[in-house]
Amino acid sequence: MIQQIAFSVVLLVAGFFLRQRILFIRNTIRLGKENTITDRPGDRWQNVLLVAFGQKKMFKRPLPALLHFFIYGGFLIINLEVLEFVIDGLAGTHRIFAPWLGPVYPLLMNLFEFLAVAVMTACVLFLLRRFVLKLPRFWSAEMTAWPRLDAALILVTEIILMWAILFMNASDQLLQGQHEHYTATGRLFFSSFLMPVLNGTEVSSLVMIERFCWWFHIVGILGFSVYITYSKHLHIFLAFPNTYYARLEPKGYIQNMPVVTREVRSMLGLEASTAPSGEPGRFGAKDINDLTWNTLLSAYACTECGRCTSECPANQTGKKLSPRKIMMDVRDRMEEVGKRIKRGEPGFEDGKSLLGNYVTKEEINACTSCNACVEACPVMISPLDIILEMRRYVAMEESGSPAQWNSMFQNIETNFAPWKFPAADRFNWSKENS
Amino acid sequence: MTARGESPEIVFWVGCAGSYDDRYKRVTKAFVKILQATGIRFAVLGTEETCTGDPARRAGNEFLFQMQATSVIQVLNGYQVKRIVTACPHCFNVLKNEYPDLGGQYEVVHHSQYLQELIHEGRIKIKEGGSYQGKRITYHDSCYLGRANEVYEAPREVLASLDADLVEMKRCRTTGLCCGAGGAQMFKEPETGRKDINVERAEEALATGAGTIAVACPFCMTMMSDGVKAKNKEASVQVKDLAELLSESQGL
Repeated sequence: MIQQIAFSVVLLVAGFFLRQRILFIRNTIRLGKENTITDRPGDRWQNVLLVAFGQKKMFKRPLPALLHFFIYGGFLIINLEVLEFVIDGLAGTHRIFAPWLGPVYPLLMNLFEFLAVAVMTACVLFLLRRFVLKLPRFWSAEMTAWPRLDAALILVTEIILMWAILFMNASDQLLQGQHEHYTATGRLFFSSFLMPVLNGTEVSSLVMIERFCWWFHIVGILGFSVYITYSKHLHIFLAFPNTYYARLEPKGYIQNMPVVTREVRSMLGLEASTAPSGEPGRFGAKDINDLTWNTLLSAYACTECGRCTSECPANQTGKKLSPRKIMMDVRDRMEEVGKRIKRGEPGFEDGKSLLGNYVTKEEINACTSCNACVEACPVMISPLDIILEMRRYVAMEESGSPAQWNSMFQNIETNFAPWKFPAADRFNWSKENS
Repeated sequence: MTARGESPEIVFWVGCAGSYDDRYKRVTKAFVKILQATGIRFAVLGTEETCTGDPARRAGNEFLFQMQATSVIQVLNGYQVKRIVTACPHCFNVLKNEYPDLGGQYEVVHHSQYLQELIHEGRIKIKEGGSYQGKRITYHDSCYLGRANEVYEAPREVLASLDADLVEMKRCRTTGLCCGAGGAQMFKEPETGRKDINVERAEEALATGAGTIAVACPFCMTMMSDGVKAKNKEASVQVKDLAELLSESQGL
């Protein structure tokens, strides 16, 4: 009974914090500009199924993809066990599904154990890749203390949580037959290897170990789910909506600016000038509220894997630009503004902005718009869209583009070509001998 | 043509590089030779052609882009243009994907696709034993053709018709490395870094041992040629466009 009350309290506390964070994240995403996405639902669901659910883009790099698939599969399937944990915790039962599922139950448990071992193996290998082999993409400039710690915490927590399951099952198996509370599960393959470690332990101590592992696992999972909302690990949820809302046009396409179209058409006398409705918006993006909500969502869906940066030609040749840093900057700025608003302060009037305080012009100017980052992202994030929106701000609001670009603009205006050649010479090639 | 009440099969959009850049004018002429040899009825806009506005848009100047694009669309619509072929992936991308937003609806194909089509239809008759038979060629994917529009096979099929020994670089197709000129980089010096992107790419191309680096974009042409020069290999390795290779191989 005490355990049931304690469990209910733990569940409520975790639920409270989780709800707070979910609302915070939702409000922060809503700081973005409106963007109605209702077209081509079939293609969008296909992306969710293939790219998010099926992890299609991960498999461009087969080894990490396979390891990741174990962790992902483990996460999806072991969560079924968490459901049993929650019911048991509230009802004071033990392995409530066992009698219902009959012979299927031990099969399921063995599957969970296999996944637990696979998850642990994958996490250990991931830790080795990150911290022993030191893969360059995990150690580039934007991977400062917190992102590195975040990655380590996630992997270590997952390993410990899996150990808890295996030890719990080992002690459980020893208790079966010795204690009437423990229903028979049949032999559980992987955890039975741990049984010799616990052999000879008194029943009361075994119960303690079993209970400790049970509590550790479920409190760990609940705590972890709250932690995730502060972490890059949020991709496990937001990758799904992100692939749904990802752009479907060819990657080379840049979103049109209808405000400019109206102005240009009225300047050229093609359309009667219409009075601008509402306050004039900003051209391009200076801060996060100039980006669309789905762009902000994508910043939360980024798990900082760095495939974008490792494919970026500018980054590979030593320029400051890193597409991953752009995504991390957007998210950091969102959290900063969101927290100020939550405290009741004006969110954006802190003398800071995304462009300037987080992202520099040097970074956005270095982009070749080659789409390597977009192609590389396993969850269809486009850092390029953000870079181009910031360029628009710099060019149109600040006239602050690099001098050579300003000359190029001038050439287009006066000679109708980006170079300084007279328009009348354009057809000269036809008169020259080859 | 329009005045005579005739309509061309295609409008060849030459592009600024194809009109003014001494190196790329040779590509323009090679492509025209192929068109003439094949008997295609084509038109060019001549001095009525202007910049599509693409580099302005990529550099953030949306006003200039739309001013430019709107007047280009007026010209194209004035001639009731239906099908456009261009040898520039940047022009190709903007005409195909971005002009429809501004009222310019055309069927736009890149010259690599068009050449592939002509070969398939048998309108270009491939002669046996062309000058590139058995020669080692590597193809550099342009971003605005490849990742931007998923045109990976057309240029390779054109090259395959030369009966050459086509070798791939390590980074090719979806992972092809940019030459460094996209996103209006062509028009400014690069930011400070360890290395220039075109040198990195040229090294990769040279590592294949190919005597010819095939390109399909005027900016890639400049960047790859400069990269090869930076490695002092211009005497032994040539950078050529698909149209040039095809017209040479056919002895045009």
